[in-house]
Amino acid sequence: MHVGLHEYLFVSIMLFCIGLLGVILRRNLLVIYMSLELMLNAANLALVTFSRFNNQLDGQVLVFFIITVAAAEVAVGLALIVALFRKRRSAHVEDLTSLKL
Amino acid sequence: MDSINQWISSGGVADVLFYVFATLTILCAVLVIVNPFSRSPVTSAMFLVLTILSMSGLFVLLHAFFLAAVQIIVYAGAVLVLFVFVIMLLDLQEEERRRLKLFSAVTGLIAMVSIVSAFLKSLAAVKATADTPQIEGDTLSLGKLLFNHYTLPFEIVSVLLLVAMIGAILLSRKKLE
Repeated sequence: MHVGLHEYLFVSIMLFCIGLLGVILRRNLLVIYMSLELMLNAANLALVTFSRFNNQLDGQVLVFFIITVAAAEVAVGLALIVALFRKRRSAHVEDLTSLKL
Repeated sequence: MDSINQWISSGGVADVLFYVFATLTILCAVLVIVNPFSRSPVTSAMFLVLTILSMSGLFVLLHAFFLAAVQIIVYAGAVLVLFVFVIMLLDLQEEERRRLKLFSAVTGLIAMVSIVSAFLKSLAAVKATADTPQIEGDTLSLGKLLFNHYTLPFEIVSVLLLVAMIGAILLSRKKLE
């Protein structure tokens, strides 16, 4: 059996769901961030796959932009986590409940 | 490059490599979020590096050579180093004694199973329009497309990077007003 569109998309789906599970399951802000990266990577894989099997290069340009935005997001997000840790001495979502009524 | 191309395109080898890289990707991604041996964020970051490396292998199999290189340079090189640096800065020692909640595990699994089934159902309707894929995602063709048709988004993304840089510097100052 030749590997085609569906096999790659299946890997992408599994990767996305693992990332989602990580966001729900884990309580550490940094690991939640890593799971977000996994989900972005799953979207990248799906875009490259579609680009390959539809003979359109535009999908790969979109992946290029997604990688750039992810890098910017990580820089700002990690700066926020560091600032938060300085104020509250914790990087756990269970300790960050001051918005709760 | 041509010999690598030929070698990759020659049927059976590519299929075997796909299964190897796909298994590695999914296995390492699972170990990022639920590692039975260690709950430390450092191991998660290391397995995230492995996930990204094997995923760039998948990109090469899809003939996206430029993106495979960018994936390794930007993700494994810049983003993960940033992660490890922040982990070092935060000094997380109380990590080990917290346990996963049963409720969140059950709801997370339910959400995951329902989303997987929805995706798999829609997967049956997806068809490839090209019988013989022949595009090459090398630097030349991607650069041509990027600077001819996507010039405005490219400029906007550069402004976004500048804004993110200024924001990160502002947020990590000693005194936050």
